[in-house]
Amino acid sequence: MITKPMIADGQPIIETLALEKAYHRTKPVLRAIDLSIRAGERVALIGANGSGKSTLLKCLIGLYPITGGTVRTFGQEFVRAPSPRQRADMRRRTGFVFQNHCLVRRRSVLSNVVHGLLGEPGSWRAFAQSIAPQDWRERAIEALAEVNLADKALERADALSGGQQQRVAIARALVRRPALLIADEPAASLDPVAGREMMELFIRLCAEHRITLLYTSHNMRHAAAFSERVIALSDGRIAFDSSSRDLTDQDLTMVFGAEAGDG
Amino acid sequence: MAERRRIAPARLSGLSPVGFVLWLTLGALVVVSMNDVAPSLERLAGGLPRIGSLLDRMVPPNLEPAFLERVAKRILETFQIALVGAVLGIVLSLPIAWLAARGVSPLGPFAYLIKAMVSLFRTIPDLIWALLFVVAVGLGAVAGTLTIVVDTIGFCGRFFAEAMEDADKEPSEALSAIGATNLSVLMGAILPDAAPSMINASLFALEKAVRSSVVLGLVGAGGIGQELKVSFDLFQYQNASTIILVVFVIVLMMEYLTDRLRARIQ
Repeated sequence: MITKPMIADGQPIIETLALEKAYHRTKPVLRAIDLSIRAGERVALIGANGSGKSTLLKCLIGLYPITGGTVRTFGQEFVRAPSPRQRADMRRRTGFVFQNHCLVRRRSVLSNVVHGLLGEPGSWRAFAQSIAPQDWRERAIEALAEVNLADKALERADALSGGQQQRVAIARALVRRPALLIADEPAASLDPVAGREMMELFIRLCAEHRITLLYTSHNMRHAAAFSERVIALSDGRIAFDSSSRDLTDQDLTMVFGAEAGDG
Repeated sequence: MAERRRIAPARLSGLSPVGFVLWLTLGALVVVSMNDVAPSLERLAGGLPRIGSLLDRMVPPNLEPAFLERVAKRILETFQIALVGAVLGIVLSLPIAWLAARGVSPLGPFAYLIKAMVSLFRTIPDLIWALLFVVAVGLGAVAGTLTIVVDTIGFCGRFFAEAMEDADKEPSEALSAIGATNLSVLMGAILPDAAPSMINASLFALEKAVRSSVVLGLVGAGGIGQELKVSFDLFQYQNASTIILVVFVIVLMMEYLTDRLRARIQ
């Protein structure tokens, strides 16, 4: 068993109030974002390219400072950017999966998964599996087994296919036993079949370990099929926030324009 | 359909007046300098026979066992200077390059100060460093080793920093987001990506160290160069030719060895 949820289902994990973000003073990227993500939810953040999805994710986890409003994660509020202690706490409870795997190509699969433990107390030895503590290596193997890649543990990361590399990235996020998993376009770099398998794996693991999932996607079919709730961003504002069952073509056209039907 | 005329660009772009003046100045500078320092035909005519007579006095090389033993000892010392100097230089270059690398250094905008120091190490020629160290620590191999250390830092510090700057950024950002410290990002993501070009630079540094250590003796910093200087000073040209041949073989062997190692790494 990998996960130990620290917040009871239904309790808010992330809340924002009037969140604003601008890279240049005159052109805000995010405006008046009010949202609340509760423990146990599976939420898709959708929107056209440039709508502010990735920026919002990065603001929520404190990678980018916000320029207005407040963010509350795991019960702790921050205004511009989280304090180092808040950030460390947030990172300990959150797993990240990035769009392009972001694995260290020349290192082994196992080393890449052990990297997921960097940031934990005394983690300086986690930069390579060969010198990491034995129990950390075992945790990494366990996480690799969850994504069916335990047999590839000692292969170099760049020897794997794109889909396998993304599974390694998931194992790297899972090894921390997170309460919240944040994924930025996890299926975008994969072909349709691999992308679908990836999302199914995500859903299965999050359900098994009761992990709250927040991911961005520009694939409406994925958003509708793999999440309970869909939040759409359009031009930096929340265009709608509803159950995925209630999604209508009209909603999608509003967010994506005429191309909505192609998804 | 409207006919569109396509005109190929001119083969040569025209020379601007400023460009013309710069080229002219450069040409004039070369001609004037040649007048001052290039050998005249008479001097060449006079010098060639003297070179011939020098070569004549250099053969056969001195192969007396006692002399060869002395050369072997000096060669060993030269090699030790090169090896110890290069290895110490490479090891010290790692933290220096980390501090100097733009976008990687924990010093942020102050990284350029470290870069400037590395440039200083590199731009001052090794013989001048050797002169400084001979004054500081006295004649002998220690001065030579210190020279090679500084020379290697000047070379490897720059190339290591460049390799770190060119390393794939995405894994570094991912590890930072996970909460890794600067040092963990360096060890976990940057070094594995930069390793092949860093090993390459280290092998070049070793090769360069062997070549430098041969001449350091000319200013009293130990090694075979000292023996070579004595031979020329005492007009023992047969001894000098032996030393030059041995140096030639050593440098050639070193280049062959590092080439092989480089090929294996690729």
